[in-house]
Amino acid sequence: MSERKLTYASAFNESVRQAMEADADVFAAGEDIGAFGGVFGTYAGLQAIFGPDRVVDTPISEQAIVGLGIGAAVTGLRPIVDLMFMDFVCVAMDQIVNQAAKLKYMFGGTATLPLTITTAGGAGLSAAAQHSQSLEALLCHIPGLKVVCPSNPYDMKGLMTACIREDNPTIMVKHKRLLGMSGIVPEENYEIPLGTAHIARAGTDVTIVAYGRMLNESLAAADQLAADGIDCEVVDPRTLQPLDTATIVASVKRTNRVVVVHEAVRFGGLGAEIAAQIQEEAFDYLDAPVRRVAAPFSPVPFTPALEKHYVPDALSIAAGIRDVLARPLARAAEQFAGS
Amino acid sequence: MELTRDVQMDLHRRMVRIRLFEEAAGRLAEAAKLPGFLHLYVGEEAVAAGVCTALNDDDHITSTHRGHGHLVAKGGDFKRMMAELMGKATGYCKGKGGSMHISDLSLGMLGANGIVGAGSPIAVGAAFANKYRKRGQVAVAFFGDGATNIGAFHEAANMACALHLPIVFACENNEYGEFTRRDKTMAITDIVDRAAGYGMPGVIVDGMDVVAVHEATLEAVARAREGGGPSLIEAKTYRFYNHHGVQNLGLKYRSDDEVAVWKQRDPIFSFEERLIDIGTATAAQIEQVWADLRDDIAAAITFAEDSPFPEPDQLLVDVYTNRSPS
Repeated sequence: MSERKLTYASAFNESVRQAMEADADVFAAGEDIGAFGGVFGTYAGLQAIFGPDRVVDTPISEQAIVGLGIGAAVTGLRPIVDLMFMDFVCVAMDQIVNQAAKLKYMFGGTATLPLTITTAGGAGLSAAAQHSQSLEALLCHIPGLKVVCPSNPYDMKGLMTACIREDNPTIMVKHKRLLGMSGIVPEENYEIPLGTAHIARAGTDVTIVAYGRMLNESLAAADQLAADGIDCEVVDPRTLQPLDTATIVASVKRTNRVVVVHEAVRFGGLGAEIAAQIQEEAFDYLDAPVRRVAAPFSPVPFTPALEKHYVPDALSIAAGIRDVLARPLARAAEQFAGS
Repeated sequence: MELTRDVQMDLHRRMVRIRLFEEAAGRLAEAAKLPGFLHLYVGEEAVAAGVCTALNDDDHITSTHRGHGHLVAKGGDFKRMMAELMGKATGYCKGKGGSMHISDLSLGMLGANGIVGAGSPIAVGAAFANKYRKRGQVAVAFFGDGATNIGAFHEAANMACALHLPIVFACENNEYGEFTRRDKTMAITDIVDRAAGYGMPGVIVDGMDVVAVHEATLEAVARAREGGGPSLIEAKTYRFYNHHGVQNLGLKYRSDDEVAVWKQRDPIFSFEERLIDIGTATAAQIEQVWADLRDDIAAAITFAEDSPFPEPDQLLVDVYTNRSPS
């Protein structure tokens, strides 16, 4: 394996470039992605290579951007369309939810939509309430869509390649705070199958399920806890729809305790679904209730003074883990006191 | 009228096909044999027929909630259409789409659409693909007057012009958005006024005159194929039935006199008079067109009624495309 390092943003860029080199049906369209290379630089240099007809600057028109992708996909191309910020999926929601997700089913299977929608989610840049959201739960709720949230450069390249090759509408969520993250990325193209989780750290005491930037915070929490003799297993679903429930459940059956982490708000978030699936599949293996560590139920605040309290971090994740480890003991103490 | 006899008879036949299909669907709905909503195209036949007769089989169209006429005009099969309206497994969408999502991708018909205005961005995508592949195909977005009040239409029109795509925006201005008259929902009289705002040519045609619609479409399609970019055609037309269904239900949103005036300009009957006047066809030949197509409709209804409903195991089929082994 190559030892070459790339950033998360460059890994994305290389995946798109290699896909466009390999398949003339692949094109990209979005706001500022052509001459400017995208506001986060993720499409940098691609228009210079492939020209303005294949790396297309569009108007600020999210509905039409997604519609462009749908119409081109259903007539035989393999589009990549970019929505600059994840918050802007709300502007295009009809095209994503009522059109892209449903055409195949509504048309009795005759339509195929090899469409990738790329976007940038997550807080941590003082971008305030309309440019910081993590809205993956909304998208995962819609049959017909697939949703991907890579946590590192290696996964980014392999998952993006899988998204482009996928014959269903797929949303690739880049995390804004991970764009500069560096890691080993092979030059040759490769694919990480959608719907396959990765055990980022093996452990025996507790399972942490986390994705995107929270995966990295969870690994940091696991390192802190290791100093206290707590051995965490960290599972990265990588794809949220479809969700690799089997890998999560198998881990929980080994560790008997689980904390689910995301920076989307807790109420109705992916953590609720993951917790429900765990209790359906592995209730008898649990030694403590499933614990969620997530953002509180408020818009993302602007000021760094508040935002740092909004997004979970290694410290709050570690606190959640200590809580699920303490729960059986606390319950035993209550029972003892009451007897 | 400089059109050949074949084209004239084609225009007529497509309109009659739409009328017969829609009247039959209306009767079935009245007999409670069709589940769900039914938006009938009767009265507007000249628009779908006039436009689609100017297209090739491999050109694309997007449609509306009132979409049966567009599919019929693009060559849709009565049997599979009728089966779909009944929710049968033999229908165009295997019973999963129904009236509002009826489609035939093999005919370039990219679906009726239950969301007003949502077809236009998809037509832009089809037009983009046609330009990208240099295939010489065009896309037509059908939409109503009401759809020009929703953002998706404006985004699509602007993007199509900005990217100089081979597309025709075909507006069916039937004067009503559902049950509300157009002049209560917009401050302009002519939809075509919007075209200039995007930098494309626009033309108003009599939507009850199939030849006028056809000739305007020929010009717009030729411009699109030659790289001249988008156009907008506004066809002034009228729906003879209500927004949905066939019964009046005592609705008073438009007057009986108004409906009667428009019905005097019936696009099919007025065209038949012209065909006879100019010697294209005899009354007997025209009657034979109707008679033959009535037989087709009867056969389609029998086919649909005799067809099975989908089995319960089809519920989860086609939510996703499974990748074929590579």
